[in-house]
Amino acid sequence: MAHSGPKPPHPDTLAVHAGQSPDPATGARAVPIYQTSSFVFPDTDTAAALFNMETPGHVYSRLSNPTVSVFEERMAALEDGVGAIATSSGQAALHLAIATLMGSGGHIVASSSLYGGSHNLLAYTLPRFGIETTFVPARELDAWRGAIRPATRLLFGESVGNPSVDVLDVPALAAIAGEHHLPLLVDATVTTPALGRPFEQGAHLVVHSATKFLSGHGIVIGGVLVDGGRFDWSADRRFPTLTEPYEGFHGMVFAEESSTSAFLLRARREGLRDFGACMAPATAFHILQGLETLPLRMARHVESTSRIVRFLAQHEAVERVNHPEVASHPDHALARRLYPRGCSAILSFELKGGREAGRRFIEALGLFSHLANIGDAKSLVIHPATTTHFRMDDAALAAAGITPGTVRLSIGLEHPDDLVEDLSRALRAALK
Amino acid sequence: MQFIVEGYPAYAYTGGRPFAPSREAVVLVHGAAFDHSVWQWQSRYLAHHGHAVLALDLPAHGRSPGAIRTTIEALAQWLVAFLDAAGVEKAALVGHSMGSLVTLQAALARPARVSRLALVGTSVPMPVGDAFLAAARDDSPAAFDMETVWGHARSAVLASSPVPGVSLLGASRQLNGHSRRGVLAADLAACQAYRPSNESLAALAMPVLVVAGKRDQMTPWKAGKSVAERIPGARFACLDAGHSMMSEAPRPLLFALRDFLSGG
Repeated sequence: MAHSGPKPPHPDTLAVHAGQSPDPATGARAVPIYQTSSFVFPDTDTAAALFNMETPGHVYSRLSNPTVSVFEERMAALEDGVGAIATSSGQAALHLAIATLMGSGGHIVASSSLYGGSHNLLAYTLPRFGIETTFVPARELDAWRGAIRPATRLLFGESVGNPSVDVLDVPALAAIAGEHHLPLLVDATVTTPALGRPFEQGAHLVVHSATKFLSGHGIVIGGVLVDGGRFDWSADRRFPTLTEPYEGFHGMVFAEESSTSAFLLRARREGLRDFGACMAPATAFHILQGLETLPLRMARHVESTSRIVRFLAQHEAVERVNHPEVASHPDHALARRLYPRGCSAILSFELKGGREAGRRFIEALGLFSHLANIGDAKSLVIHPATTTHFRMDDAALAAAGITPGTVRLSIGLEHPDDLVEDLSRALRAALK
Repeated sequence: MQFIVEGYPAYAYTGGRPFAPSREAVVLVHGAAFDHSVWQWQSRYLAHHGHAVLALDLPAHGRSPGAIRTTIEALAQWLVAFLDAAGVEKAALVGHSMGSLVTLQAALARPARVSRLALVGTSVPMPVGDAFLAAARDDSPAAFDMETVWGHARSAVLASSPVPGVSLLGASRQLNGHSRRGVLAADLAACQAYRPSNESLAALAMPVLVVAGKRDQMTPWKAGKSVAERIPGARFACLDAGHSMMSEAPRPLLFALRDFLSGG
C-alpha cells in the first residue's frame, strides 16, 4: 500500500525561509547581521551550562553566531541534512570534514577529477600531517574498491568535477561505501541542492564552496559542511574521534551525546574551536542574499549552458565540447538520471590550435571575465593548465580531464544571445 | 553506561558524569522510535546539577538490543527491571510521548519505586491515526515523515533552531530513520492500545508534573491539561513549543523539570 506523509516545503520556499524566524528582539524580517564577537551570559549558571554543552546557545562567534546559523540551518534544510557548519571557505569545509574523521595514519580514496585546490590539500599538504590519499579515476568503480585499505576512513569526490565536468556516480559509490562501511563525502559545489541532493543519492557528508552558485554574486569567500546524519559511526571502532572519550571536552563521547549529530558536534566543538576557520556574520548575510534565489538562478544557469553547449559543439573552431549534455559524453546517461533538471553550468572545450588559440580566444572575449572562479552571475572563463591546475604535471592534468588546450567556462545569468555573440566573436579571433 | 535488564544489555546515558546511586536518580524515557539523545539538552544539565541521570534506551531502541516490546505494560515492566539493575530503589521518572505512558504505567504498577513523575507531551488515551499506524506497519518512510512533521510545531519547519546549526526536523527524521525495523509500528500500536482507568490516575499519590506544548500537533495541549486534571494535585505547565519540547524549547522545559525535580 502506498503511503503519503506530510511533505516539507519545496526547495524554493526553503531557500527563502528555512532557518530564520523574524528577529526576536526587533521583529526584523530580513536576517540581521549580528556583528558581534561574543554574547552576554544572563547569569553564571547559564554561562557554565553553555560552556559545558548542557544548554544550547551562542557564546563566541568562532563557535556559532545567529546570522551564520541561519545560513547553516538553511543549507541543512535544502540538503535534507541534520545540520551544517559554515566555514571561512570551501577549502576550510573540506579540511574540517577530514580533520574531524581522522588524524595521522588516516587514508582517503578520492576521485582524480577534483578542483585544483582540493587536489593540493590532499596530494601535497595532508601527507605532511600523516594523511594519505589515493586518487582514482572517478568512473572506475573497481579502482575505488581496490584503493580501499584498512586505514581508509573516507571516500571523496565532486558531484560534478571542476573543470572536467565528470559526473560522480554517487549511488554506485555509496554502495561501495556501504560494503566497506565508510562515509562518502561529496563536494556538491557545481550542482548545488537546486539540481541534486547527494544525501538522497546515498552520500553521508556534503561540502560546498559557498563562494560559487550558493552565493551567485562572487562577492564573498565561504564554505559549508553538511552532515546527513545517516552514517552509523558506532558500528565499529574506526572513528575514535566520535566513539571514544575526548579529553579536550570533559571526556565527551560524541556518538553517545548525539545519535545523529555526533560528527557535527565534534567538528564544531573541536574543529571550529581549535582550527578556527569560522565564517564571518557579514559573509553569511551576503551568502543568504544569494541563496534566496538559488533555485531560480540555477534553472537559468543550466538553460543558458545547454544553449551554449549546442552552439560550441557545432563551431568549426572547437575540437571537442566537454559537458554531460553532449550525447558522446561518457556520463550523458548518468547525468540525466541523477540531475534531470540539468547538471552543470560549467563546461570545458578544446580549441583547435592549442595553447596559442586559447590565448587569442580569451583575450578577444568581452562579456566573459577571465578569472579564477565559477558560479558567478557573470560569465567566466579560465585556462586551467596555466592557472588553477598549474601545479599538476601532464599526467595528473590528463587524469583530471584537462589538456593544455582546455578552456573552462562558467555560464552566468546574462542573456544567452549576448553570450553566444561574445563567444562567436572570440572563436573567430581564435581561428585567425 | 550498560546494565543487564531482563537478560539483555541496556544502555543509559548518564549526562557526562559517572552515575552515582547515592544521589536522587532521574530516569528519562524517550518516545516512539527515538532514543536517549532526545534528552540531550536536559540530561547533561541535570547530571551536572545534583541528579543521578539515567537517560535510557528502551529495549530495541538506540543502543539497547533485545526483543521489541509490544505493550506499554511490558515496557513499564522492563523499566522497573531497569531500576533494579541500576540499583535504584526509588527514582523520579520523566517520560516523553510514548515514554510518558511507560513512566505513567510504571508509577501505577509500582508506586513505591517512583518518587516523582513528569509527563511531557502526553495524552491519556493516546490515539494514533489510522494512516500513521498503517504507514508504520508497512515500514514506509512516510511514517517517519509523519512523526517528524507532526512531531514539531507547524512553524518549526522554517524557523531558526534553538540549537545553532542543527535542523530540528532533519535530526529528528534521521533519528527515527536509525530505528530498528518494526519498532515504530510496535510503539505506536502500544500507545494506541493503552487505556488506564481514570480511577487509577486519581489514585496516584506522588508529585506529578504535566508539561504540554501549546503548538503540539500530536498530543494537543488540552489533552495534557486533561491528564493533569485527572491526577489530584498534578501541576500543569504549557510551553510555547510543539511535541518535541526537548529540542524546540530546551531551556523552558529544563527549567520546568529542574524546579519540579528539586521539589520547588
